[in-house]
Order: sequence, then structure tokens, then C-alpha cells
Amino acid sequence: MADSIIQDHDDEVDRRGFLRCMAWAGTGMAWMAGSGILRSAPLPRLGRAADARLATGDFVFAQISDSHIGFAKDANKDVVSTLQAALSRIQALPVAPDFLIHTGDLTHLSKPEEFDTLQQVLISAKVGQVFYVPGEHDVLADDGRQYLERYGKGTKGQGWFSFDHKGVHFVGLVNVVNLKAGGLGNLGAEQLAWLEQDLKGRPSSMPIVVFAHIPLWSVYPEWGWGTDDGAQALGYLRRFGSVTVLNGHIHQTMQKIEGHVTFHTAASTAFPQPAPGAAPSPGPMTVPAARLGSLLGLTDVTFVRRSHALAIVDQTLG
Amino acid sequence: MNVRTGIYALLIASALATAPALRAQNAPAGQETRPPKPVAIDIDNFKFGIVSLDVAVGTTVTWTNRDDVPHTVVSLKKVFKSPPLDTGDHFSYTFANAGTFEYYCSVHPRMTGKIVVK
Repeated sequence: MADSIIQDHDDEVDRRGFLRCMAWAGTGMAWMAGSGILRSAPLPRLGRAADARLATGDFVFAQISDSHIGFAKDANKDVVSTLQAALSRIQALPVAPDFLIHTGDLTHLSKPEEFDTLQQVLISAKVGQVFYVPGEHDVLADDGRQYLERYGKGTKGQGWFSFDHKGVHFVGLVNVVNLKAGGLGNLGAEQLAWLEQDLKGRPSSMPIVVFAHIPLWSVYPEWGWGTDDGAQALGYLRRFGSVTVLNGHIHQTMQKIEGHVTFHTAASTAFPQPAPGAAPSPGPMTVPAARLGSLLGLTDVTFVRRSHALAIVDQTLG
Repeated sequence: MNVRTGIYALLIASALATAPALRAQNAPAGQETRPPKPVAIDIDNFKFGIVSLDVAVGTTVTWTNRDDVPHTVVSLKKVFKSPPLDTGDHFSYTFANAGTFEYYCSVHPRMTGKIVVK
């Protein structure tokens, strides 16, 4: 199952590229990264990703999201095995990802044993380095102290951070703490000031990948699917020629391209949620067991240096 | 009886007079005080079942989560704050003072409610 985006950012720089998205239901999403032109195109199937030969400097990373370890309701009574299925898909990618990104809701109830289980599953799957941002389910009881103890090393504030990898700048943002009554996701003044400073001085030609749990764009505010001050963050990113925003939270893949910015949400590895407005509430959606795999997923992303492109591929588990 | 003793006597007399008066205020003779009837609010489909509620001072309100995802019940002014409520969990608070108490779910902040205590 595949859709893909290749987006053309035709500017003064010779940038050609694409963003392919393979999603597995129940697994996750893989991304192919290049800077510049991203062009929409039908997504190649997973096997065909092998056709994309990577030149020196190109690389792949994978995104998983919303593993909700501890959840055991009707929508999925075994979220550990669907997470393991997603990790197996990642291991089966034709090009091994340099690292994984988990875009939050690692756990369902922020319990220590849930964090422990996730860690054990990831270690036994030998997926290598994983970068995390928290979801609201990871900071339930203690304002995120436990999350920070486990994953906050080397981060700022409530767990935000940035790093460079082979010429691409990655920024992990936290928009799930200090939420205001009546509001949506929230980054806050301190984090926005840090982001502005973090991006300052970087050349506009540098590809940027931003990831956070709740979508930074307004997907469906009626269900809280957006970030109150997301527009301010996107304002700092506007001058860059290639910006990719990766989110989770809504348990379904969704894509939008706005100028040089490509937005993408990953499927959950745990349970699906309804399309915006398609149900009375965004609660877990129970589907026949045979269909579950087609609604869970993962994402892999490939960065192609020569073509300045990011290929995002979502894959479903089923 | 010197003056000082007289003052003590007066103080004791007034204390004795005041004590029954206080008791009478709390429990008038021949009438038992009963706390106001408790109120239950269900949390369902990402909503508080009663969005705005008027209660008498002393009312206990109990929120129960009927959703498949956790919610919280948190007063905006931090007067009360529930732990995360998983499916079927409940949280109670007794409103001892009059006032307006706005609250929300800190996990899903678009969920809001209000208790007016009179």
C-alpha cells in the first residue's frame, strides 16, 4: 500500500527531489530525504524502494509513532506485537535506516513499566539509535518528569532538541505540555525563542526536518488536532527551501504541501482513529481484526543528496 | 470580689453563652444537617457529561471516565486536580466553599466544564 509525494520546489538552486511515502498499516513510515524539489507521484511499493540506489551522503531514516504501550482495549489488545511487526518492516527495508524517530505517545498511561516494555522491545529489535519527542500520554501524571529522566538527556526545556545528520538539520519539538484550557497543542514562548535561535544563521538551502507529536498544522481543531502557536514556528521555517514536518497523534497518515513545506502525519503502531469528523469523538476505532494491519503503519524517509529530495514512504502493517 | 475576678467571671459567662449559639448554628435543635445530594458526571466521547453545573456548598461531585483513553479533571486555579483517569476510574471532590470552579482535561484541553457553588 503506497502513496507518495514528489514535490517540486523549483527555485534558483538546482534542486530536484521527491518525497515518497510508504505506510504499513500497523507499522510506521519511512522517509527518503533530499533537498529542494519535492514532487507528488504515486508511492512506490515497499519492494521497489530497493530500486532507489543511494549515493554517498544519501540516507534513510524511519518514523514510528503512537505505540501506546499499555493500551489493551478492543481496538488492539496486543500493541506490543504490532509494534514488533512495524520494527520488522523497518529491518526489512532495502536500505538500513540511519536512525529511528518516535513521534510520541510511547506509552498509554506514562507508567514506568510501559516505558520499560517499549525500551525492551526496541533493544531486542536492534533498531539502533532512536530519537524521541513526547506525546501527551507520556507526560500524564508528573508534568513529564519521568519522560525527561529517561529521554531528556541532552535536550532543552521539556525535551526539545536539534541535531545535524549528513547535511540535514533535524529539530524535535514538544507541544504536549502546559496545555491551556480550551486550546490545542502548545509550544510556548521559551521553546519558540529557542527554535528561532536554533535556525538563525543556517543557510536557507539546508534541508530541515521538524518533528513533534501533535500536528503543527491545523488538521482538525474541533478534535484538538493542531498546535495553537504552530504558525509562529512555521514562520521561522519559511525561508528554507526544503522543510519536512513529521507528526503523529492522529493515528492515520495525512499529507499536505504548502510552499516549500511538506507536512506528514504517521500512522500509529497501536490502533487507528477515525478520519476528522467521521465519528462523535477521536477515540480508538475498533475494526475487524483482518483490517487492523491495514490501518497501522510506519514511515521511512530517504534523503537523496544529488536530487535534493526527501522521499517519504508510508507502509501499512497489513 | 475584686475587679479582676469580676472580669474573669464575665469572660467565662460570655464564653458559655457563645458556645451553645455556635452549636445551634451548626445543628439547629430538632433538625439534622445532611450534606447536599452528590452529583455524578460521566466523561464520554471526549466531553464532560454536564458542562455547567450549579450545586450547593458541601456537594460532592464524582467524575467517571467512560472513554477508552485517559482523561483528567483539573481546576484552572489548581483547586483540585485528578490523577490520570483510565477507563472506569473516577475522581471525587467536595466543594466546601462557594464560587465558580472552571476545569478542563489537561490531556485534551478542549474538554472544559464549570461548577458553580452557591
